[in-house]
Amino acid sequence: METQAFQRIYTKIDQLTKATCTLRAAGVSYEELALVNGRLAQVVKIIGDEVTLQVFAGTDGIPTDAEVIFYGKPPTLRVSDELGGRFFNAYGKPIDGGPEIDGEEREIGGPSVNPVRRRQPSELIATGMAGIDLNNTLVTGQKIPFFADPDQPYNQVMAIVAMRAKADKIILGGIGLTNDDYLFFKQVFESAGAMHRIVGFINTTEDPPVERLLVPDMALTAAEYYAIDQNQKVLVLLTDMTLYADALSIVSNRMDQIPSKDSMPGSLYSDLAKLYEKAVQFESGGSITIIAVTTLSGGDITHAIPDNTGYITEGQLFLRRDTEIGKVIVDPFRSLSRLRQLVIGKKTRTDHPQVMNAAIRLDADAANARTKLENGFDLTDYDERTLHFAREYADKILAIDVNIDTEEMLTTTWELFGRHFSKSEVGIKQEFVDKYWPEN
Amino acid sequence: MSRSSNFATGQVAGIIANLVIVRYEGAVAQNEVCYIQHENVRLMAEVIKVKGDRAYVQVFESTRGLRVGLPVEFTGHMLEATLGPGVLSCNYDGLMHNLNTMTGIFLRRGDYTSSLSAEKSWDFKPIASPGEQVSAGDWLGEVPENAVPHRIMVPFTMEGKYTVKWIAEADDHGINDTIAILTDANGREYNITMVQRWPIKRAIKAYREKPRPFKLLETGVRTIDTLNPIVEGGTGFVPGPFGSGKTVLQQAMSKQAEADVVIVAACGERANEVVDLFVEFPELDDPWTGRKLMERTVIIANTSNMPVAAREASVYTAMTIAEYYRAMGLKVLMLADSTSRWAQALREMSNRLEELPGPDAFPMDLSAIISNFYARAGIVYLNNGKTGSITFIGTVSPAGGNLKEPVTESTRKAARCFYALSQQRADSKRYPAIDPIDSYSKYLEYPELQHFLNENIAPNWVDQVTQLKNILIRGKEAAEQINILGDDGVSVDYHLTYWKSEVVDGVILQQDAFDPVDARTPMVRQRYMLEKVMEVCNSSLQFAGYEEVNPYFKRIINQLRQMNYLEFESAEFRKNEAALMDILAERKTA
Ligand SMILES: Nc1ncnc2c1ncn2[C@@H]1O[C@H](COP(=O)(O)OP(=O)(O)O)[C@@H](O)[C@H]1O
Ligand SMILES: [Mg+2]
Repeated sequence: METQAFQRIYTKIDQLTKATCTLRAAGVSYEELALVNGRLAQVVKIIGDEVTLQVFAGTDGIPTDAEVIFYGKPPTLRVSDELGGRFFNAYGKPIDGGPEIDGEEREIGGPSVNPVRRRQPSELIATGMAGIDLNNTLVTGQKIPFFADPDQPYNQVMAIVAMRAKADKIILGGIGLTNDDYLFFKQVFESAGAMHRIVGFINTTEDPPVERLLVPDMALTAAEYYAIDQNQKVLVLLTDMTLYADALSIVSNRMDQIPSKDSMPGSLYSDLAKLYEKAVQFESGGSITIIAVTTLSGGDITHAIPDNTGYITEGQLFLRRDTEIGKVIVDPFRSLSRLRQLVIGKKTRTDHPQVMNAAIRLDADAANARTKLENGFDLTDYDERTLHFAREYADKILAIDVNIDTEEMLTTTWELFGRHFSKSEVGIKQEFVDKYWPEN
Repeated sequence: MSRSSNFATGQVAGIIANLVIVRYEGAVAQNEVCYIQHENVRLMAEVIKVKGDRAYVQVFESTRGLRVGLPVEFTGHMLEATLGPGVLSCNYDGLMHNLNTMTGIFLRRGDYTSSLSAEKSWDFKPIASPGEQVSAGDWLGEVPENAVPHRIMVPFTMEGKYTVKWIAEADDHGINDTIAILTDANGREYNITMVQRWPIKRAIKAYREKPRPFKLLETGVRTIDTLNPIVEGGTGFVPGPFGSGKTVLQQAMSKQAEADVVIVAACGERANEVVDLFVEFPELDDPWTGRKLMERTVIIANTSNMPVAAREASVYTAMTIAEYYRAMGLKVLMLADSTSRWAQALREMSNRLEELPGPDAFPMDLSAIISNFYARAGIVYLNNGKTGSITFIGTVSPAGGNLKEPVTESTRKAARCFYALSQQRADSKRYPAIDPIDSYSKYLEYPELQHFLNENIAPNWVDQVTQLKNILIRGKEAAEQINILGDDGVSVDYHLTYWKSEVVDGVILQQDAFDPVDARTPMVRQRYMLEKVMEVCNSSLQFAGYEEVNPYFKRIINQLRQMNYLEFESAEFRKNEAALMDILAERKTA
C-alpha cells in the first residue's frame, strides 16, 4: 500500500498481545488500516485516544518503539478488467510476478444490497453430477458449501463444478490453502484454457492465519465489480471457510471476548452471514454465486462452524465415501439445495421433484434394511429390493464421477424404479407414472 | 418519554464494533435515540447503558470510519414506529424505513426513508361524532386500505378522557391533515391527524380485556390444524435445526392462514427468502378474499447481513404494527423468522458491554425479554366491545439442533404451541417435519376451544384427534418392538399397528408445500381426510402373514396420497376414493 503525505506516524506501543497492539493516537477512524513495523494492521477498537490494532501477520518481534503509520482508510482493492487471469495475496498484492492493477480503488467489506433490489435466482447451474443436479440443483445467486471431512476430495469436486458451471468469471478465495491444492487449482484452470476467466486471492497454509480474514472480502469485492459493473455471472469459490472461522476465533480470544459455543466468537453467525449474503442475483443479469468448503471434524455438523454456516447458506452438499460401491458420493440425506425448488420441475422436466423425492425415500428404506441386516434380522423381499436399488442408485446417480444431463438422470432413475419396485411402492403422482414408467 | 427541556448533545468517545461510547452533556434516557454526525450522514443509535457522563449507544449502521470527537445529538424520544394508513403492502427495514423508496442498489448508511407516504390521499369517513367521549385507541374515522377498513384512532399516547370537538366530513385526506379536534377536561385542544407514533418496545394496551383464546385459526397445514391447532390470539414456536423446514412452514402459514393482516418479520435470516415474498406475494391470491396476498401483508426485513442492532428492533417494530392493526378490530398474524437471531443480537451487545453472561453467553434476562414479547400477542376485547387478535408464531434456530439451549428453553416457557421439527423426519423428506408426538398445542386442552371445534368442525372432532394421536404413539412403540425383535419376532398385529401409523403419517402429516393443491387443506377437507383415515385404521383386515402387510398398506397410502394431490371432490378425486374402497374391501373381514 503506497504511503501518502497526510499519514500520521507514532512510535510508542503500550500493549502487545499475539494478534493486537495498543497505542495512543489521535484522529484515528474505525476500521482504518495502519502499518505496524511494516506489517499491515486494522483498527478494531478505539477508547478515547487508546487505539487497538489487529496485526494480520501476528506481532512476534514487534518492539514497543515500532513505527506505526495510519493510512486513514479501510482496506481497499483496485478493480478493473486487469484483474482477470491474476493471482493476489490476502492484501490484494500480486503474487504471480505481474504488475499492480490499475483501476478504481474500492473499500472491501462494503455495504449490503438492498433486498428489494435483488431478483429471485432462477438460472440453473448444470454440473453433470446427478447427486447435485438431480437431488440438489444449484442456481445462480446461490450460496452453498461442501461439508466434507478433510480427507474428502472437496477441492477436486469444487474445481469440476467450477469448470462446468459456465460462469463468466471464477474468483478463487484460497483460505489456508495448501500449496499443492493451490497448484492443483491453477493447473485445472490452465488446462481448461480458462485462465483469463480466473481471479485468485490466495492465502496458503504458509501465510499467517489472521491474514485470511481479508481473503473473502477481497474475493467478493472483485466479484461485485464484475457482477455489477460488468453484469457478469460470477462464481466465487471459498476454501476452506473453517479456517476463516478459526482465524476469527484467534482474534476474538486475543481481544478477551467471551467465547460462545466451541470457543467461537458470539458474532460468528453475523460475521459469516455478511460474507455469504454477498451472493446475489441482479435484475441486469449479473450474479454472484458462492460455493464454499467447510471442513468438518469427524463428520460433526453440530460444531459451531458448520452449524452457523448451515443456518446461513442455501443448503449444503455433503460428501461421503460409500463403502459399498467404493466411491465418493453426494449424500442424499444430509445434502440440500434450498433454491432447487425455484428451478426443478420448472426449468427441468415436470416429474423432476417427485422422482427426486421418491428415490431418496426408497434409499432411506434401504438404509433401514441395512440396519436390520446389521442387527441380524431376516430381510423381507421388499428390503432386499431396496438394497439392490440403493446400490445402483449410488453408483449411477450419487457418485461424483457421474456426468450426464438432467433428462438422462431422470430416465436412469425411472429405470431403477421399474427394475426394483412396483408402481405403488414408488408412490409418484399417477400422471407421471403413466407417462414415464418404463415398459418391460 | 418526552422532555420539554433541550435535548442532550455529546461527542463520540470510543468505538467497539457497533457499540459507541458517547460523552454527553445534559440529560439522556435509557433507550433514547440519538444521531451521530459523520461526514454528510446522520447515523441512528439507541442508548443501551449510561454510566456517569458516558452513554453507551448501539449504532444501527456500520461504524466504519467513525472517529472520536464526532458530534452526537440526542432526540428526547425512544425508538418509535410511525403508524397510519399505507403501512400494508410495504417492505420495511428493521427500523421501519421503506426499502422501496431508498436509492441505489446498496443500502446506504443514514438513508432513512419515511414509513408512510405524505402525498397519498385517503377516502376518510368519520365514525365518532362531536360531543362523544373518547380515549386512547377509540375509533374516530376510517379509510379503506386495500381490503382492510383502516381505523383512525385516538393516539395511544393520549392518556385519560377526551371529548370530540370536531370531526372531518367524509372526504379525501392526506395522512397529515387534521381529521379531528379533541378537548381534554381542561378544555385544551388537540389536533388529530391520521399518523401517530409509538415507542416500539412498549406494548399498546388500548383495550378493555384480554380473554383466553377460544377460536381456531386455520392455517391449511394439516399437522397443525388437525393435530395441534393454533388459535386466534395464540402463541406458538417452531424450533428446528437448519434445513428442517421452519421457513417453508412459516411461509405456508403467511400465505394460507385465515387472517386480515399478516406481518412477516424476517429477522436475521436469508435475503433470498425475503425476495421469495417480494416476488410471490404480489402475484398470489389470498385464499380467503381472492385479493392479492401483498395487500394484507407487511414485510419487515432485517436480513442477516443488515446491521445487527436493527435486528433486535425489527421484531419490536413488527409487533407494534401488529398491535396497531389489532386495535382496529382485525385478525393479525405475526410471524418472526428467526427469534434466535434476535437473541443473538442481544448477546452480541451484552458481550460488548461486558455484562455478566448467563448460559451460553446470552444475557441473564433473556427469558424475561422473550416472555414479555410473547405476552404482547393475544385476543382482546376493545373498548367498543369488538375483538381483535394477534397470533404470533416465531421460529427458533437452536445451536447444533439441541433443544436444551437457552433460546428454545426460554421460548418454551412463553409460547403455548410447540412445533418441534425433527432432523430425522427432514432427512427422510417427511415434510413438514413437525414431530407429531413431541409437539403440542396447549389450546387443545382448553374447554373453550374443544367446544368450538366440536361445534364448527365435527361433533366428535376432539375425540377423533385424540384417537389419531394414539395411533401414532402406538405405531411408534410397535416400530421399536419390530426393530428389537425382528419382523417375524412379533405378531402380525404389531405390523398392522405400525402401518396404521404410517397411513396417518403419509396422508395427514406429510404435506407438500410446493404442490398447488396439497399445500393448503381447508378444514372441511381435513375433516374428510381424518374420517377417511380413521375408517381405514378402524377396519379389521385379514392377513395371512406379516409379509402381506407392507405391500398392502403401501397401496392404501399411495391411493390416499393421490387424493391429496387432486381437487377436492372432483370426479378424479371420487374415482380414487372408489379405488381406495375397493382396496379396503379386498381384506375387510366384517
Ligand atoms: N412442507 C414441505 N414440503 C416440501 N419440501 C419442504 C417442506 N418443508 C421444507 N422443505 C424442504 O426443506 C428445505 C429447507 O426448508 P427451510 O424451511 O428453508 O428450513 P429451515 O428454515 O428450517 O432452515 C426447503 O428448501 C425444502 O426443500
Ligand atoms: Mg429458515
